Amino acid sequence: MKQTPSQTVGPFFSLGLTRKTTKVLASDSTQGEKIRVEGQLFDGDGQPVPDAMIEIWQANAYGRYNHQDDKQEKPLDPAFMGWGRSGTDKTGLYWFETVKPGPVPGPDESVQAPHINVTVFARGMLVHAFTRIYFGDETVNETDPILSSIKNRARRKTLIANREDKNGKAVYRFDIRLQGENETVFFDM
Amino acid sequence: MQIKPYKPRDWKSHPPYLYEGYKSSVKRAPLKRLVPMKQTLSEITGPLFGHDAVQPGDDDLTRNAGTGGEAMGERLIVVGRVLDENERPVPNTLVEIWQANSAGRYHHEVDQHNAPLDPNFTGAGRCLTNEKGEYRFLTIKPGAYPWLNHPNAWRPAHIHLSLFGPSFVTRLVTQFFFPGDPLIPLDPILNSIPSKSARQRLIASYVHDVTEPEWALGYRFDIVLRGREATPFEEPGR
Repeated sequence: MKQTPSQTVGPFFSLGLTRKTTKVLASDSTQGEKIRVEGQLFDGDGQPVPDAMIEIWQANAYGRYNHQDDKQEKPLDPAFMGWGRSGTDKTGLYWFETVKPGPVPGPDESVQAPHINVTVFARGMLVHAFTRIYFGDETVNETDPILSSIKNRARRKTLIANREDKNGKAVYRFDIRLQGENETVFFDM
Repeated sequence: MQIKPYKPRDWKSHPPYLYEGYKSSVKRAPLKRLVPMKQTLSEITGPLFGHDAVQPGDDDLTRNAGTGGEAMGERLIVVGRVLDENERPVPNTLVEIWQANSAGRYHHEVDQHNAPLDPNFTGAGRCLTNEKGEYRFLTIKPGAYPWLNHPNAWRPAHIHLSLFGPSFVTRLVTQFFFPGDPLIPLDPILNSIPSKSARQRLIASYVHDVTEPEWALGYRFDIVLRGREATPFEEPGR
């Protein structure tokens, strides 16, 4: 059977998709370091995209996904599902309150650096785009199999969120550029 | 760890990011080549939603505005099956829908089309597929509406759908149309899909067996998500 074609979310998706959002993934009882991830989405003119939706999927602080196909012997965290959805506001800003994920296995016995899997939807995007957030303070980024597979080294930095501490809280900044010189790396997988 | 990957996105079925006939895509389409990635544990897992994601009545758009009144319009029963490319049903997956009202207006502050709002219709619903991958909504037929893409541009009547499937890579957002709508061949969003047969797959079928006498017309829209490859990636040296 053939895949059903994708279509854009259009301008009115918030009706169906973001009236109830899931921007807060971590509660007081969630294990791990609490972090905020935020950033703006920009179009090819560098203008913010106010009618977009960002979804994230991540492992828990131990590096385990809450899913039956993750058969690792790491603990699940009953207070963490690992999925979030945020619309963008007038300034193109999205945000999530979550925990920093642990490392997860990669291909050929490798270990992947901690990362968050990201899906981008917007009016004007006929197909959603897949990207990843890596953390700027992780030295293991150097050996991450997916980052290393990006041949153009300069583009790898589009996937790195840098850390700032604001009021004692770790904030990772991850802007997404749909086009332009610093276009974010999007994956086909 | 053995990874059973999903089949690749079928770019003959999906639109490209950039389709000039759809003006909003011009500045929002990624233009650099996508970076190919071998699927890992991060891609073959994904969010799973339980019954707590859905409240009773969420699948009845004619009454779920919560006003006690019923939406105006031609009542529709929309049914379908969610399958994967290997023809296996996709059970317990979240289906979210949204649509314009019968006059062609969305219950949304950005929609300034000069057509009446219906206080008894918000135009959003959700349900989970059952064990056979089936879903069902009760709604009203959405109206066509004008948009600013080109002179005298009108969207054919359509209902938007969002689905997850079993993994991060099976995610799909799409929309379906109604058979015989004269606006269908003029729609740049539908025409962004490269093949005619793929465009045809976004048109629902009228199904008389689903129609309920003295009550509502029945339409069927089946959905196919990415399925697993037949063989897992073999780890070298094993």
